[in-house]
Amino acid sequence: MTTEPTPTTESTPTRRWRNLGWYVLLTALSILVLFPVYMTFIRAISGGAASLFQKKPSLLPVATDWSSFIDAFREGNLGAPLLRSLLVTAIIVVAQTVTSTMAAYAFAFLEFPLKKVLFALIMGTLLLPIEVTLIANVQTMFDLDLINVTDPTFGRTLTALTIPFLATALGVFLIRQGFLGIPHDLLDAARLDGYSDMAFLWKIAVPVTRPIVGSFIVISFLGAYNQYVWPRFAVKSNDYDTIQIALRNFLTDNPNQLNWGFAAALIAAVPVLVLLLVFQRQLVRGLTAGAVK
Amino acid sequence: MAVVAARSRKAKEALMAYAMLAPLLAVFAVFAYYPFYRLFQFALFQKFSNSDEERFVGFQGIWDNLSSDEFTSGLWTTLKFMLYTVPAGLVLGVLLATAAHRRLKGIKIFQTIFSSTIASSVAVSSVVFLTLINRQSGFFQNVEFLNLERTGSALRGVALSSVWQNIGLTFIIVLAGMQAIPEEINEAATLDGYGPIRRFFRVTVPMISPTLLFLAVVLVVQALQAYAQIELLTLGGPQGSTETLLYKITELQSRTDLQTGASFALGLFVLTLLISVGQFVMLNRRVHYDN
Repeated sequence: MTTEPTPTTESTPTRRWRNLGWYVLLTALSILVLFPVYMTFIRAISGGAASLFQKKPSLLPVATDWSSFIDAFREGNLGAPLLRSLLVTAIIVVAQTVTSTMAAYAFAFLEFPLKKVLFALIMGTLLLPIEVTLIANVQTMFDLDLINVTDPTFGRTLTALTIPFLATALGVFLIRQGFLGIPHDLLDAARLDGYSDMAFLWKIAVPVTRPIVGSFIVISFLGAYNQYVWPRFAVKSNDYDTIQIALRNFLTDNPNQLNWGFAAALIAAVPVLVLLLVFQRQLVRGLTAGAVK
Repeated sequence: MAVVAARSRKAKEALMAYAMLAPLLAVFAVFAYYPFYRLFQFALFQKFSNSDEERFVGFQGIWDNLSSDEFTSGLWTTLKFMLYTVPAGLVLGVLLATAAHRRLKGIKIFQTIFSSTIASSVAVSSVVFLTLINRQSGFFQNVEFLNLERTGSALRGVALSSVWQNIGLTFIIVLAGMQAIPEEINEAATLDGYGPIRRFFRVTVPMISPTLLFLAVVLVVQALQAYAQIELLTLGGPQGSTETLLYKITELQSRTDLQTGASFALGLFVLTLLISVGQFVMLNRRVHYDN
């Protein structure tokens, strides 16, 4: 599938010079892309005062203080929000995968009345992201006592953070696409062999479409871990913040220690960076599923 | 007999299907369809803080809110934010993908670097950009074009952090679009005497135009949903100049504001709807053209 431009039949020295040119350009672009991260690192290890006022911008650390990463982690209590974020993310990813897979199976393999209507209704939720329904969902959470300003328990907060995201139309769409590639004869044969729908789904359909399910899991993780708007309004106690909100609170609570905030931002990005490096293929496939025919 | 058996098999299959859809539909019923209904409910009735009394304000009440200066200024800010982020995102994506779409030793390293900003959440990238555009200590603190403390430029500073955060996403998607172009097409163009620049504009760009359209819609929707970068970089200021629609909506959550907030949210919904319908129409037209 991957096609790189064909190397032309030009002489070796010319090609070598041209390649050198590309390397120079690619390196320059890399520096441009990485510069903000580099500066964040430099400012994180610059002393507290230097992070506040610095009239002459410097490319190198000022009053180097390597302890800010440890200080930020300790002062900001970042360990707990990191773990909470991973827990919230795990719940959302597992639930979305299960609900999406089952719905995708119904649409790909089964016949039932109102099939088209239900599919349209489900895809319609893509027009109702949490940003649009925010006000109403916050009220519903108050009604259900899942957002409680005076007594925001861990259980309430965890439920409020996860329950609106236990299903997603994107997952149904992606996994259904994968299932549609499985010949219907395979289902008929499995049924003759005594497979139930559930057995066929989990023992044959899902393993066969593993790459697509894997891609969905990676983008689901990315979305859930990086969420900001909903946790910002669903969490009513700093004790139950997710890492993104903890980062925000830590930054605004310590206006005199911006270096801590910079270190905390880098710490918050680590889990996704690890995920990106390990599951690069799945991520790319998941992101491009809708873009490239 | 056989007819009855077939019918009961059909009924069983339908039951199975509904059972498999049930968990998903239950979540959507409570957290997507019901809140949508509730938005109308909030928007159609004005509540009063001192009593349980409600007054029906109807669609006129919604329209009054949507034609207020508050809404139009939020809408304008949102559209400006789109204008700053979407074209820049597309151009950067194409530029980086063009540079990295070639057979070179070590190209994977560059591709990973260009993809890397996807690891950054909106919150993280906003904090990252404080090191660049913070007025007291940022590396580019003297660049007036990105001044976060002036009404004319603050939104550009906020937008720049989003543009950077989107680099990874746009690069990955455009690169995949370029890799999907069959090699023979480029070969044929080269044989026809197309130089690299003509090949880029006459072959590559038309071939990836559906990808670019998809990407444009993703970026537009992200712009509609921008929130964290505003809260972290400007808090909507100075003088409300960076208050997008969503930012205004989040400030209208008290009981007495719900009617306005819900009207604004419905306005945001209509905007999302129009963009999605626009994408659908354009994609369909393109498919017909292909045929």
